[in-house]
Amino acid sequence: MAFVVLRHRDILDIKKLEVYRQNGGFEAFQNAVKNLKPDGVTQVVKDSGLRGRGGAGFPTGMKWSFIDSKNWPHYVVANADESEPGTFKDREIMESNPFQFLEGVALACYAVGANSAYIYLRGEFWQLAGFLDEKINELNDAGLLGAKLFNTNYSLNIYTHLGAGAYICGEETALLESLEGKRGQPRVRPPFPPAVGLYNKPTIVNNVETLTNVPLIIQNGAAWYKSLGTPDSAGVKVFSLSGRVRKPGNYELPFGATFRQLIYEHGGGVLDGRPVKAIMPAGASSSLILVDEKALDTPMDYASVRTLGSDLGSASIIVIDDTVSIDWVIQKTIHFFKHESCGKCTPCREGTYWMMNIAERAHNGRKDPADVELLHAVARQMQGMCLCALGEFATMSVVTGIDRFPSDFKNPVNLQEKIV
Amino acid sequence: MDKQVTLTIDGKLISVPEGTFVADAARMADIDIPVFCHHPKLEPVGMCRMCLVEIGRPIRDRATGQFVLENGQPKIQFLPKLETACTNRVEDGMVVHTQSESAKAGQKSTIEFLLTSHPLDCPVCDKGGECPLQNLTMAHGAGKSRFLYDEKLHLEKRKPLGELIYLDQERCIQCGRCVRFQDEIAGDPVIGFDERGRSMQIMTSSEPGFDSVFSGNTTDICPVGALTTADFRFGARPWELEEFPSICSQCPVGCNITINTRREAAADGSMVIKRIMPRQNETVNEIWICDKGRFAYHYTESKGRLTRPAIRKDGKLSRASWDSAIKLAAENFAEAGKNFVVLASGRLANEDLFNLKSLADHLKGDAVLYSEIGGGELTSAIGISPDTNLGEVGPGTTLVVIASDLYQEAPIWYLRLKQAVRRGATLIVANPRQTRLDDHASYVIRYAYGDEVKTVHSLDKKNKIGEAFTRSENVIIFYGSEGLGVEGSAALASACAKLLNEYGFAGKPNNGLVGVWQRANDQGAWEMGYRVEADLPRFLRGKVVYLVGVDPAGDDPRLAKALENAKFLAVQDILESATSELADVILPAQAHTEREGTFTSGERRVQRYYPALPVLGETRPDFAITAQIARQAGFIQEGTSVSAAFDILSETIPSYAELSYSKLAEVQPQWPVVGRGDLYYGGTTYENKHGLGAHLTTTASRGENVHILRVHRESAPRPQENELLAVPVTRLYDRGTTVLPAKVLKNRIGKATISMHPDIAERLNVKNGGLVKISFDGHSGEALVQIDKTIPAGVVTVPRSMGLAIHEPVPAKVK
Ligand SMILES: Cc1cc2nc3c(=O)[nH]c(=O)nc-3n(C[C@H](O)[C@H](O)[C@H](O)COP(=O)(O)O)c2cc1C
Ligand code: SF4
Ligand code: SF4
Ligand code: SF4
Ligand code: FES
Repeated sequence: MAFVVLRHRDILDIKKLEVYRQNGGFEAFQNAVKNLKPDGVTQVVKDSGLRGRGGAGFPTGMKWSFIDSKNWPHYVVANADESEPGTFKDREIMESNPFQFLEGVALACYAVGANSAYIYLRGEFWQLAGFLDEKINELNDAGLLGAKLFNTNYSLNIYTHLGAGAYICGEETALLESLEGKRGQPRVRPPFPPAVGLYNKPTIVNNVETLTNVPLIIQNGAAWYKSLGTPDSAGVKVFSLSGRVRKPGNYELPFGATFRQLIYEHGGGVLDGRPVKAIMPAGASSSLILVDEKALDTPMDYASVRTLGSDLGSASIIVIDDTVSIDWVIQKTIHFFKHESCGKCTPCREGTYWMMNIAERAHNGRKDPADVELLHAVARQMQGMCLCALGEFATMSVVTGIDRFPSDFKNPVNLQEKIV
Repeated sequence: MDKQVTLTIDGKLISVPEGTFVADAARMADIDIPVFCHHPKLEPVGMCRMCLVEIGRPIRDRATGQFVLENGQPKIQFLPKLETACTNRVEDGMVVHTQSESAKAGQKSTIEFLLTSHPLDCPVCDKGGECPLQNLTMAHGAGKSRFLYDEKLHLEKRKPLGELIYLDQERCIQCGRCVRFQDEIAGDPVIGFDERGRSMQIMTSSEPGFDSVFSGNTTDICPVGALTTADFRFGARPWELEEFPSICSQCPVGCNITINTRREAAADGSMVIKRIMPRQNETVNEIWICDKGRFAYHYTESKGRLTRPAIRKDGKLSRASWDSAIKLAAENFAEAGKNFVVLASGRLANEDLFNLKSLADHLKGDAVLYSEIGGGELTSAIGISPDTNLGEVGPGTTLVVIASDLYQEAPIWYLRLKQAVRRGATLIVANPRQTRLDDHASYVIRYAYGDEVKTVHSLDKKNKIGEAFTRSENVIIFYGSEGLGVEGSAALASACAKLLNEYGFAGKPNNGLVGVWQRANDQGAWEMGYRVEADLPRFLRGKVVYLVGVDPAGDDPRLAKALENAKFLAVQDILESATSELADVILPAQAHTEREGTFTSGERRVQRYYPALPVLGETRPDFAITAQIARQAGFIQEGTSVSAAFDILSETIPSYAELSYSKLAEVQPQWPVVGRGDLYYGGTTYENKHGLGAHLTTTASRGENVHILRVHRESAPRPQENELLAVPVTRLYDRGTTVLPAKVLKNRIGKATISMHPDIAERLNVKNGGLVKISFDGHSGEALVQIDKTIPAGVVTVPRSMGLAIHEPVPAKVK
């Protein structure tokens, strides 16, 4: 099957504009601007069943239709903050298939009536920002971006912007704050960005991968896209596979492929042939899946993963085998979230710090059952209380880890500790 | 705008205005939802998660928009999660549970989380006893900590954000109120958060630290003892303090304040002022005061207080009885006839000014207000009328500020005008140089010093600004004395008044002329019929002068000389001064903190203040001293009851008609609710239980004819080749006798600093911060130079009351 998002794996030079155009590049955009109504573009995306790839899986077309048409101007922001541990798909897309991504941005802009788009990249992507700037310049030179496109009244400019190294700036409202030059801290929602976004104007924030799907959807039609994947989760997904597997990397598969297929057919199986003990399907933010045969045969789509008591999130599949103690895993995730908590709200700021204290104590040899209980209680106490999802994410692996792998929290843990 | 929404909170059915947040709605209904980050004056942020409640909303039928019913009642849907009461707006049919098991569990959780890092050092904390965290911990906290005490964070406990405000990093609960106050209300975003997560800390980004004249207010709204003032820090426990309602005497705004006093061992067991706190008056200062009002109160405790009458004998001042002092004064005044002059300060009470003026009238003398701003009689004619509220003006109102730097001259007016713009009012700021208010103005007019009147004449031109002016429903003009003396400001006032009158912006609420005076009760003096004198040195020569609350000799050597050449000087004041040194008789007066009285604010609101401190020595209130002199001179005045004195005043002066002490003491419910039981909500600002005051009428509002004389002004002086035009400007922190004793303000007062354009500085070969000698009008002094490119070339600004006796624009030499 031909690649949809990772098309550079089929067409090696697709990062060259002429190659991209030889393969139908920017036809969808040109056609849309010249012949389609903005609403028409949104409708196709709605019909395609495309859901956001940033984690929440929110239907993309529906989000676009929420843009407040009484308040102008509108903005589109591509979320290229890609900071979830275990997620590394957006980077490959932007590095290797940049024009398809940029055309996706352009189509989103046309659909929601935006004349400016911003690509918010994590600070570490500074080289990538320079690279994208070049590509944007090429598009401007080629008349595919800029003023009065294709002899219509529609104008569009795309800009890149670098963050300063904070996981929280992937959260869309913190991202907007950061883009405005303020501290990267989430805003109270509602109002949501399609009503009140960048500079308090209606704004659509989409993940890089989400947007990269759009050109082929417009070109090949909603029905084509829907035919890929499952009824609940249409199309293809780039799964970032990591952890104790032989061949970590990005794999584009239709939704509904099973964990087993990903790990064993594509990822070459587990290192040293060990059994899979746990899976983190959404990076550090995951609820840990207790893996058995049934779990391995579960299709990877939003609804099915939920039946395992977890969420697919951004589909960064971290594989954990029986050489790794879950106690160590959650110590790592707690450390990460304590470090990344923005500090704006009390339960997350204090809770991650508190969990860190307990987890370190427990990990440094003092495995007092009361501490494990307290850790669990603190995590539970944070749930449902935080201002943004980061605080919730911080509790996921803790609660599910202790609930689902209780023996890993008892003395002595006679497991080798290996780097995940 | 005033659509009401009906909802149920804890079973209580209430109606509140549309758009109200649930937390505020609860407060209106006297239901406590605990909050930390929320403050009724600030935008909601939902940070602290203290106000979590269960919120249910009626389900509506998608097709019809009607409520879906269940057993005849609307069906209510609750979210699985608790919601923040401070960020959710009320909706019709909403059901809120603040006391359910889950809501209480949420509130308890937040307290527990907060306390993991909080030191709970209440016994040594300045906020202890009036601390929302302490109170809410008592109400919602767990009895025992699950956080290991040894693992508590240890952070800096005395970090100066500036020299006025200290931060205790351990106590801060990161609610962001202080940051948001500085940003949203003060417009001085000079503090912010540094770092993130548990490392997040308040820091200052300005030089000097926490550079804002509103900084003290953050200590009132900080819900813990994290922010304290250098002045009150470790000063007293809140429960030891007594509270007395008063009015700030530092500027014409008339902020309502509460004076907290305590008997102090360090002061030999006498009562002293421990701190000044804001007192709510939504029509004047809301719940805020500026740092000058908060910190500049130490003068009443100054060693230099005059406490006993004295008479000059054989060239020396020596102690005398009140009887002999009064007799001496009265004899000299009565003899003088039209050579008798009252030179009074606008710091005096209305009752004082009234008695002084009637004494002068009775003796056929003259009553002069010691001020450098003229034209005040026009504010009495077409000033602000009753029912004006700067806190409510919005669309349809144009506010004009001309020749005044409100941030420096009347900080709370700056704040109120800025807020009015946010509500939709139009603001025109016209000044010869950049001022802080420019940032918030709809239109900024820049004119050359000397072109004030011309600028007023251009306000109704056919352009955008002219339209904003002429098409407005209401116009208020604030005029000041930036770069002007008595004559210049009088001419400016007359031009403004003529324009307002011509367009009908007078005699009705939210219209009229406001003077940005130098003192708290200059307005009262104008209402009483005082005048100002442009050439005081010449005027005073040979006169019998009754100086009340003024120190001309200390202000200007030329005035000192004039007083030396006067015939007789009676000095009535609270402090020793260069003027009291020259006195023939000294009449020691009570400070306004020691007595009762009223001030008339620049907005023409009469407000009462009450005694906070016991009487010092033999001092007497000014109105009583004057009444005793009058009696000696054969003229009966009220000299015992200040309220009776006010009654006579109100019978005599038309604009005060029908006002009385009891009327001034009336209060109405105010929003937001503040006060002792509501500390967690509004902060430690005091509730107003002693009166909101009342507005004066104007000639115009009474429907009488208004005559506005055209005041002609001699054209501004022209500096010679090697001279600059020195213009007087006003700074908040000056070397005034009431400010200087406040030691915490020392750095903010600093040295006399003159400002000039970089080109001029280059020509004079001076550097920023360099010391120069400036001389004008036979007077010279030293000053530091500040280079400021917004100052017009050819001009040097000279601050008033900083040791350089400038009264009006003069050619000056700078070396
Ligand atoms: C803590 C946190 C971090 C996030 N990081 C990212 C990110 O790095 N990239 C991303 O696309 N979305 C991220 N999201 C999700 C965004 O908030 C947002 O939902 C998404 O960008 C919307 O795009 P989509 O609809 O295309 O998925 C994050 C959310 C949270 C709460
Ligand atoms: S949950 Fe954490 S990251 Fe999100 S706003 Fe609160 S402190 Fe910041
Ligand atoms: S210093 Fe006080 S007001 Fe400021 S964030 Fe900390 S607790 Fe809140
Ligand atoms: S604004 Fe004026 S009246 Fe108010 S506190 Fe400051 S000096 Fe006093
Ligand atoms: S979150 Fe509502 S008061 Fe802080």
